[in-house]
Amino acid sequence: MARAEQRTETSGLTAFLAAQEKKSLLRFLTCGSVDDGKSTLIGRLLYDSKLLFEDHLSALEKDSRKFGTTGDDIDFALLVDGLEAEREQGITIDVAYRFFATEKRKFIVADTPGHEQYTRNMATGASNSDLAVILVDARKGVLTQTRRHAYIASLLGIRHVVLAVNKIDLVGYSQETFDAIVQDFASFSQRLGFSSVEPIPISARFGDNVIAASERTSWYKGPSLLGYLETVDVDTDLVGKPFRFPVQWVNRPNLDFRGFSGTVAGGRITKGGAIAVAKSGRKSAVKRIVTMDGDLEEAVAGMAVTLVLSDEVDISRGDILTAPEDRPDVSEQFAAHLLWMAEDELLPGRQYLMKLGTATVPVQITALKHKIDVNSLDQHAAKTLHLNEVGYANFATSHPIAFDAYHDNRDTGGFILIDRFTNTTVGAGMIDFSLRRATNVHWQALDVGKQSRAGQKGQRPVVLWFTGLSGSGKSTVANLVERALFAEGRHTYLLDGDNVRHGLNRDLGFTDVDRVENIRRVGEAAKLFVDAGLIVLVSFISPFRSERRMARELMGEGEFIEVYVDTPLEVCMERDPKGLYRKAKSGEIKNFTGIDSPYEPPELAELRIDTTTAQPTDLAAQIVRHLRDKGYIG
Amino acid sequence: MKSPVVSHLKRLEAESIHIMREVAAEFANPVMLYSIGKDSSVMLHLAMKAFYPAKPPFPLLHVDTTWKFREMIQFRDETAKRLGLKLLVHINEDGIARGINPFDSGSALHTQVMKTESLKQALDKYGFDAAFGGARRDEEKSRAKERIFSFRTATHAWDPKNQRPELWRVYNTRINKGESIRVFPLSNWTELDIWQYILAEKIPIVPLYFAKRRPVVERDGTLVMRDDERMKLLPGERLEDRLVRFRTLGCYPLTGAIESDADTLEGIVTEMFTARTSERQGRLIDSDEKSSMEKKKKEGYF
Ligand SMILES: Nc1nc2c(ncn2[C@@H]2O[C@H](COP(=O)(O)OP(=O)(O)O)[C@@H](O)[C@H]2O)c(=O)[nH]1
Repeated sequence: MARAEQRTETSGLTAFLAAQEKKSLLRFLTCGSVDDGKSTLIGRLLYDSKLLFEDHLSALEKDSRKFGTTGDDIDFALLVDGLEAEREQGITIDVAYRFFATEKRKFIVADTPGHEQYTRNMATGASNSDLAVILVDARKGVLTQTRRHAYIASLLGIRHVVLAVNKIDLVGYSQETFDAIVQDFASFSQRLGFSSVEPIPISARFGDNVIAASERTSWYKGPSLLGYLETVDVDTDLVGKPFRFPVQWVNRPNLDFRGFSGTVAGGRITKGGAIAVAKSGRKSAVKRIVTMDGDLEEAVAGMAVTLVLSDEVDISRGDILTAPEDRPDVSEQFAAHLLWMAEDELLPGRQYLMKLGTATVPVQITALKHKIDVNSLDQHAAKTLHLNEVGYANFATSHPIAFDAYHDNRDTGGFILIDRFTNTTVGAGMIDFSLRRATNVHWQALDVGKQSRAGQKGQRPVVLWFTGLSGSGKSTVANLVERALFAEGRHTYLLDGDNVRHGLNRDLGFTDVDRVENIRRVGEAAKLFVDAGLIVLVSFISPFRSERRMARELMGEGEFIEVYVDTPLEVCMERDPKGLYRKAKSGEIKNFTGIDSPYEPPELAELRIDTTTAQPTDLAAQIVRHLRDKGYIG
Repeated sequence: MKSPVVSHLKRLEAESIHIMREVAAEFANPVMLYSIGKDSSVMLHLAMKAFYPAKPPFPLLHVDTTWKFREMIQFRDETAKRLGLKLLVHINEDGIARGINPFDSGSALHTQVMKTESLKQALDKYGFDAAFGGARRDEEKSRAKERIFSFRTATHAWDPKNQRPELWRVYNTRINKGESIRVFPLSNWTELDIWQYILAEKIPIVPLYFAKRRPVVERDGTLVMRDDERMKLLPGERLEDRLVRFRTLGCYPLTGAIESDADTLEGIVTEMFTARTSERQGRLIDSDEKSSMEKKKKEGYF
């Protein structure tokens, strides 16, 4: 083992570093039921690979006496339990990551809980692991949770499993017991598609077969747990897969450089190699592979690089650059497994946000096919999913996205679902396959669509969202824009406080909840008008970034133009056309934006206009010109 | 076709770069908390790589307690200048006015006011919605469970029960107004990884990490370097020149030196892999109480 004392004797630093360079990394997770001995096992691996420091050790000895469950012996479990509350309860309730290394490998261990209600944490740990160590208490055998954990591991794409039959000391090191458990597990797990299952009898507490073979299980001829982990080949051959490069960030330090930064999610790309943009189908070639350490000839899966292409192609965050001859699916409908991770149940039909790689899109579950009983793997009809339940469903996104089956690529086939209102992560999805048009159509399949309606009007529908302080000139400019558009025969509609507050939103006040609901309704109304093919002008203070972002995300790409009417507060206060600032300052009106409620200026507004230096008619003309330049109007 | 073996460090590097780019792409107003130590040096180096040839699209923020080693401040200013980055320095003036200092106020209050409160002030002042920190999971037990994207409420509180599950490389970056995310791109690095990387990449670090004869006082079993006149000797204490270095850097009165003759990077790394005490022991603030870090985090300390 890599004991510290021996390490000093190795032939110095150069040799040590050379060895480090060759070391590979294995990420694995441990799972089992409560008290099966996970913490004890991990503690022992850390202890025996001597990555413990003296102060940790003395704390451990002190704690063992105080909280330990092992009499006078060292309680290894105490090494890895962390949060105060958990320590008191003596349970592990979250995912914790541990690090240790031997001479052959470095390891990152995801320590995941045995508690039934914390399945989501196990899925989290599994999503980044190559192998799962599933613990079974030799006295109890395969339990419901064991099956659940094996299933989740397989669902998250883990191909290699170690079945660690622990506490073998408590069953008299019995081979029969061991064999029976192995048998039992095999009859369940063969349907899970693991490529390898390695059963090992161990005693985490006393160390049998953890680091070295134990004499007390002389009937067992296999490797020790650590011996196995050091040598097992879990190579998923990501490099051999088709090239996938989800664009994270467009790197544009100056006019002469435009690069696309991201991490290669599959395959390899060489300088000069051909690529296609998955969604648009546009093709180009890689001119440079840029890193701070110099340009590369080749980049392979797992590397974070910046690609410069030989053509000016319209590419942004969320696009996937791919091998032209082997592209991902592009569709707005697909079927996927879904693990529900939130206390609030799934609401089919509700819009969630889906984040897949670097792309975020609104999504709906159009049909929940069934849920899966993780004990029997049976399928049952279901109307919803509760925390920790797994289902299989059809999904529809608001516009097409590029993806692979999860089975082929975790990075381009795995996604999370986010609740739009609480912003929490509510689900984890694994895409199975794309649903082609013929098989399923879920959005109202109307004969006359947005395109045709807009086409008839000779314009591209869009929302012009005017935001700015009260008195900044939003409505004045918006009105002038509408007049100009009307004059040239465009089809428009203006939504502002007057026509919305008095009708649609009559029931809403100015509390935070009502403000959000107000903007949500305005956004939804604007969306319908866009669907009708109109150019919609929205004139609302809309002081909060998150609300404006919410409105923006309701629309399709290129259907939202944020116009920041950037008039300084002092100017607005001086204008005070409705006398509102005066009232706000005297306390007559509460929560008035700019006075006792904040205004968050946009950072990424498409247009910014300054009413202090130009006439409203000129500003309106500027906006109309923008619409023409961008092709919204001919 | 077999994948070529990508070294552990290269994998860690790629992961950190990926995380930084996610933040740059998804947040409106990110900042990098720069604490001048070796982890910050690595984090900053990775940021330079992540956005090359552009500069990192965020400023650096140093929360200065006014008790940092002088060499740290010098190094900080030189580094920002050398890399051409914007550096913001925040000092809790209110704490200064109240005369808070590590000697008379005690380490806990000093840290609370000059570091924790001060950090919150700075984040509020500039309205940052994401802040990079250089914390690692291997530093301390409660950190082992920390997310890479750690959600903080509008009052900067961290609730261990209310963190988002993190799957794959997909990070949920959505927040409401006033809320923020602390991002830890070095989560999966160990102390040894940090040193090896500094060595491999030739990353400049504060000279205090290297052994040198320095004026130290032995106080409560710890060697404290007297960096300026503000530190008064107690009866019976003696200032001696000893060959020491630091494994972590913070406020000088709260940072223990270790006796060492490692005056090169190679020497430090060699010392590292024969080390017998974990680095946090040199930080006086942690030794009070076993779970103290947990408490500090809930209050908004990093
Ligand atoms: N006899 C025996 N006891 C064990 C073994 N492994 C763990 N234990 C004990 O089982 C209890 C639960 O172990 P722990 O590691 O906390 O379980 P966890 O909940 O899975 O993390 C503790 O009292 C351990 O000392 C083993 O191999 N043999």
